[in-house]
Amino acid sequence: MRGTLSDRMGAALLMAPLLLFLILAYAWPFLGVVKWSFTLPTPGLGQYHALLTDDLVQSVFIRTLRIAAIVTIVSVTAAYAITVVWVRGSPVQRVLAEFCILVPFWISVLTRAFGWVALLSNRGLINTWLQSIGFISEPLTLVRNEFGVIVGMSHFLIPFAVFPLASAMRSLDERVLLAARGLGSSRMRTFWTVFVPMTRSGIIGSALITFVFSLGFFVTPAILGGGRSVMIAELIYLRIFQSPDWGLGAAISVVLVVFVGALMALLFRYVKPKQLV
Amino acid sequence: MPTYRPGPVSLILAVLVALFLLMPLLAVIPVSLTPSRMLTMPTGELSLRHYRSLIEDPRWLDSILLSLRIGVVSSILSTALALTFSLGVWMFQPRFTAALVGFVLLPMVVPPVVSAVTLYFLLTSVSGLTSFFGYDTWLGVAMAHSVMTVPFATVLILVSLSQLDRRIDLAARGLGATVWERATRVIMPNIKFGIVTAALLSFVLSWEEIGVTLFITSVNAITLPRLMWMGLRDNIDPAIAALSVILIIITVLVLAVRSVVTRQRAAKV
Repeated sequence: MRGTLSDRMGAALLMAPLLLFLILAYAWPFLGVVKWSFTLPTPGLGQYHALLTDDLVQSVFIRTLRIAAIVTIVSVTAAYAITVVWVRGSPVQRVLAEFCILVPFWISVLTRAFGWVALLSNRGLINTWLQSIGFISEPLTLVRNEFGVIVGMSHFLIPFAVFPLASAMRSLDERVLLAARGLGSSRMRTFWTVFVPMTRSGIIGSALITFVFSLGFFVTPAILGGGRSVMIAELIYLRIFQSPDWGLGAAISVVLVVFVGALMALLFRYVKPKQLV
Repeated sequence: MPTYRPGPVSLILAVLVALFLLMPLLAVIPVSLTPSRMLTMPTGELSLRHYRSLIEDPRWLDSILLSLRIGVVSSILSTALALTFSLGVWMFQPRFTAALVGFVLLPMVVPPVVSAVTLYFLLTSVSGLTSFFGYDTWLGVAMAHSVMTVPFATVLILVSLSQLDRRIDLAARGLGATVWERATRVIMPNIKFGIVTAALLSFVLSWEEIGVTLFITSVNAITLPRLMWMGLRDNIDPAIAALSVILIIITVLVLAVRSVVTRQRAAKV
């Protein structure tokens, strides 16, 4: 197939537009951002030094890692529960599970964040209901704090956590499960000692994807955190538009890319890309 | 059909997760019907005033039209670029294919906020050149959205190409078809469904895009998500609830149509 001159010309001509587009519109400007991180406001490593010493930046980094870890645990656990039914349930259960996974997946992040505001705010559904049954007298603070951020982000990420898990559960040889049951293992024991270990690659893939996505999350924390639990992405936004401290915003972006790149490299050491979808 | 079925504990947990997933989508319905100006639950009487304000307030209508225009342009651009690239990969299988595809998929993997800073850098650098392209112009937004949607379009088209039988292309080639004829008369008709899906997905992603849009617009190019964002941050306007209900209904309808079409296609094959 490969080899003749006209073939290579054809390939180059067909592939060139997209490659050129991405080089001009994405790769080149990214290098510009890297340049900002070394030159603004003064040339040197000042911004990277600030990343290591500035208390505000550090507390935001630590908060982001903590929230991302909690969100990952919540999302993967919840996704596991619904994926079991989506992959192995009866036909009706499977259709219902698919509906519950895909409908939120296709609805925009803003609509979903707004839905949580409507549920969790002081005059929202949950507080109104709890007050009307006399369970509480003052509304609970469920939003504009870290709790709201974790709930909203987990809600967004559960469908993404489902896909690697579903692929691992689909490729699992169910004769092994039947054998375990046939040999007298209880349902619970079969699940914990056979089913879960055999879907390990799916769990790793799902956890890493969820974690990586949580690090760069912007809209949900900004709306449900209400400025009180700022994560890295919102810090970048504030540094670029409100300070304006482009150098620091750029430096945080560069660090974020390096960190996410390292995590992705880790992901592909343990999981083949094909197992993810 | 799996013979190893989930037990009662799995089913109960799955129902709880399903409720969690659907709850915020259902919560917007009562809020959208409140007669109050504020975000509250209706107490007794219901009103459609927030749905009416979507039609009467020109800001909503303007931003919907702008989002439609940007969505169509960026969907056409990203589908065309993804299609030519994927055809090149499939027909010629050039060396370094994996590296080239990996490069194309970057905007999907890089955290969106970093892409947003990158596109902000690009659009502010070219803003001085012309008045119609750059920061806070609709063409700039459409281009930036294409950068973000092109990896998804490429993945979809490459997947449908990978399911295509190479022998039909070899036959066309053996019969003397040119590259152009092979692409337009043999390959593309066979991956129609993939191309249409790629265009549709690109449009939907652009229509919903907010992370990048926030960085590259200020007062002129206010897309629908950008307007919703402003409403959510400043004073929470129940018109957003009405809009959310409409968007959720459209999504459910489109998904239902899609599942019927997929089932019919599966039945045909």
